[in-house]
Amino acid sequence: MSVRMPEPDGAVLARREQIVKALRTMVPGEGVIASTREMKPFETDGLTAYHQLPMVVVLPETTEQVSQVLAYCHAEGIKVVPRGAGTSLSGGALPLADGVLLGMAKFNKIKDIDFDNRVAVVEPGVTNLAVSTAVAHAGFYYSPDPSSQIACTIGGNVAENSGGVHCLKYGMTTNNVLGCEIVLITGEVLRLGGKHLDAEGYDLLGLVVGSEGLLGVVTEVTVRLLKKPETARAVLVGFPSSEDAGECVSSIIAAGIIPGGMEMMDKPAIHAAEAFVHAGYPLDVEALLIVELDGPAVEVDHLIARVETIARECRAVSVKLSTSEQERLLFWAGRKAAFPAVGRISPDYYCMDGTIPRAQLPLVLKRMKELSGRYGLAVANVFHAGDGNLHPLILYDSNKPGELDRAEQFGSDILRLCVEVGGVLTGEHGVGVEKRDLMPTMFSEIDLNAQQRVKCAFDAKGLLNPGKVFPELHRCAELGRMHISGGKLPFPDIPRF
Amino acid sequence: MTDVLKPRDAKEVEDAVRWALAHDKALELIGQGSKRALGRPSQTDITLDLSGLSGVTLYEPAELVLSAKAGTPLAEIEALLDNNNQQLDFEPMDYGPLLGGEAGRGTLGGAIATNLSGPRRLKAGAARDHFLGVTAVTGRAETIKSGGRVVKNVTGYDMCKVLAGSWGTLAAMTDITIKVLPKPETEATVVVEGLDDARACAAMAAAMGSSCDVSAAAHLPDHVASYFDGLPRPEAATALRLEGVAPSVVHRKEALAALMKPFGPVALLEEANSKALWKSVRQVKPFAGSQERPLWRISTAPGKGYEVAAAITPAAQMFYDWAGGLIWVAMPFANEPDAGSIRRTVAELGGHATLIRAPASLRASVEVFEPQSAGLAALSKRVKDGFDPKGVLNPGRMWAGV
Repeated sequence: MSVRMPEPDGAVLARREQIVKALRTMVPGEGVIASTREMKPFETDGLTAYHQLPMVVVLPETTEQVSQVLAYCHAEGIKVVPRGAGTSLSGGALPLADGVLLGMAKFNKIKDIDFDNRVAVVEPGVTNLAVSTAVAHAGFYYSPDPSSQIACTIGGNVAENSGGVHCLKYGMTTNNVLGCEIVLITGEVLRLGGKHLDAEGYDLLGLVVGSEGLLGVVTEVTVRLLKKPETARAVLVGFPSSEDAGECVSSIIAAGIIPGGMEMMDKPAIHAAEAFVHAGYPLDVEALLIVELDGPAVEVDHLIARVETIARECRAVSVKLSTSEQERLLFWAGRKAAFPAVGRISPDYYCMDGTIPRAQLPLVLKRMKELSGRYGLAVANVFHAGDGNLHPLILYDSNKPGELDRAEQFGSDILRLCVEVGGVLTGEHGVGVEKRDLMPTMFSEIDLNAQQRVKCAFDAKGLLNPGKVFPELHRCAELGRMHISGGKLPFPDIPRF
Repeated sequence: MTDVLKPRDAKEVEDAVRWALAHDKALELIGQGSKRALGRPSQTDITLDLSGLSGVTLYEPAELVLSAKAGTPLAEIEALLDNNNQQLDFEPMDYGPLLGGEAGRGTLGGAIATNLSGPRRLKAGAARDHFLGVTAVTGRAETIKSGGRVVKNVTGYDMCKVLAGSWGTLAAMTDITIKVLPKPETEATVVVEGLDDARACAAMAAAMGSSCDVSAAAHLPDHVASYFDGLPRPEAATALRLEGVAPSVVHRKEALAALMKPFGPVALLEEANSKALWKSVRQVKPFAGSQERPLWRISTAPGKGYEVAAAITPAAQMFYDWAGGLIWVAMPFANEPDAGSIRRTVAELGGHATLIRAPASLRASVEVFEPQSAGLAALSKRVKDGFDPKGVLNPGRMWAGV
């Protein structure tokens, strides 16, 4: 583990027994877990290279309990790490040795389904897919669809601003959430937004979404529901080069078409997926595009014909239109199984998540190939091509000494490369502990301090999920200070009227 | 007479804020000043005119991204996009005529700072949903950046969201990057005629709950219908817009007309009339002429729109956008915004109300923005203090002390 976590507080650890006892008065029965054996399942999240047993696990069931636990931890100076389903790929739910792990799994009720307002009010422990399942009978769904949607929870989606393959057309979590109930570390319960469309005052909900559990604990979420498109069809297009595939993506968008999904895979990913799923992917191409159009049949047929024409103009060597729902799902099955497919050809893989301006794709792939040679580790790429979100999968073997370290360094180099070409460190997986120390490649100290002052407004003692997102923790008092200088208007030649 | 500082670049904006800090001066931030009469009248010493920071710095249509300096006129950006068959999907409304000014003014920075949106809000979101990246000078005279030029980005807190709709109280934005989108090939509008407000809200809910992909839904009661362009008759109209490729619009128009038939007589507006109608909805045309009537903008759950409206005095004029979730209300008497009853109604039924237009003296004595609970107000104040601890940027524009 190469990322250093905050030093455990010896004074807190010394009081562990007393703390557990106090927590049991707030959350009864099995809601407080203190034995090493039972805490074991909570020691890691989706970033399994990192693990740490928490001081104690608390599984509250009501907002009042969350409020009581947080107020207690605030008064006692105890750190708290919130956790949904623990599917974070960036270590966002990695426990702290001296911290309470606050698991929200028991908040699993759908409280209100309101078709008139096209919203659902759900508790944060409800899984992403369960929301869509609960409203499917009426032809509705919840559009953000991260790959982990069968397991990941809405609370976790809010914390991470989760995306999925349909973001280009339908937006990320932040565009699909209207309100929440949030408990601050002080125990104070606040409501942000509601069933109406825009924020009253500052858009604090917009800050909370994607804040990685550092600002508060969400206990209820109001999500938007969308009506399912009448139909969807996909087209599978093979290209002799990633440049051609990239040009095709640009041409589709330049033609005014925003597909429901537009995914690209490189040769290693195509081969791994085809060997696993037999989706009928062409194996003699360098890049494969899956373009999905959704809407009324007449629209989908119209647009898919245009996409086919554009693809051929961009030197596609194979074009295959789905002719049935079954075939469409098969096209996607290969893409959706890309991660486990890569898992079959390599003992371990490390999934990265940078976003780049799409035009930079050929350059990034070329440089990645060079890095792959230098580190002696293979890499397969899947790419949300429409929005430039790249998922390189670095293949390594954790049983070979040094390979994990090399994979991590390779990954860091890829992310630096993303930033260098005008992109960002993470498109949808979050910073967590994984990319924490890379934040200065994208942000200056001034930028990061401004973000930490937002943190101070919500959590002045820095007790919620410390050690995540920010490479360096400053005290709020220190961040609050101002040094004013500049005795006279330093630009006397500025026009004044 | 307030002095005006007009910086020419981002560095001079930082210098101006640093100077204001050193001299305990409060700055009023403006672009073209088109929304200057909106919000609480703030006590400022100097106007910081950001319209000198102008020009599109990056536009890549195939990447759906545009960057511009914050003072760039919105009209310039919209014209550039139009030439490339693209648009601002959030369809920003124009407050100018509502506030007694000219139409077609305003800057990109102003649109973002006030989180503008339009009829397409219910499908495509507001300015906040298209705001990808920013460089801004905080009230600490520090230049910060957040976000980027890519759509998918979760690196660090989403500072763009809190700056959108902060009315210049947190930072002076200098450079802005937004997502742009293709213009729909064509549009049409299905109009259901003669519905009362309750029935209209039900019709809009049915339309929004269909797979017709309605991109705007407004109800224009008969007392204001004649102000809108493009309608077949000056009577109550419940209008539903469809946008997209021609064969799709034709198909959905038929499907939606069939779905709406049980509610009342249906009329169809082709592209030109549809465009004219939605432009007048976007510009809140009925209330843009006379400046006499105090004007409220109420945002609520679409299904509650009718109930909220029913609780307001019948002498008020009003119409609904966002399938009932946005109500524009012009109160009957000058100098009487009747804030008490509006606030009580909204508090009971959910949502929030903003006093868009009233004389400055009233906007100083009546809350302009929805009053917040003690906890939320305190949190907002702490957020403000993080950005602008000395209150040099638009102090009091949203709430006293913030």
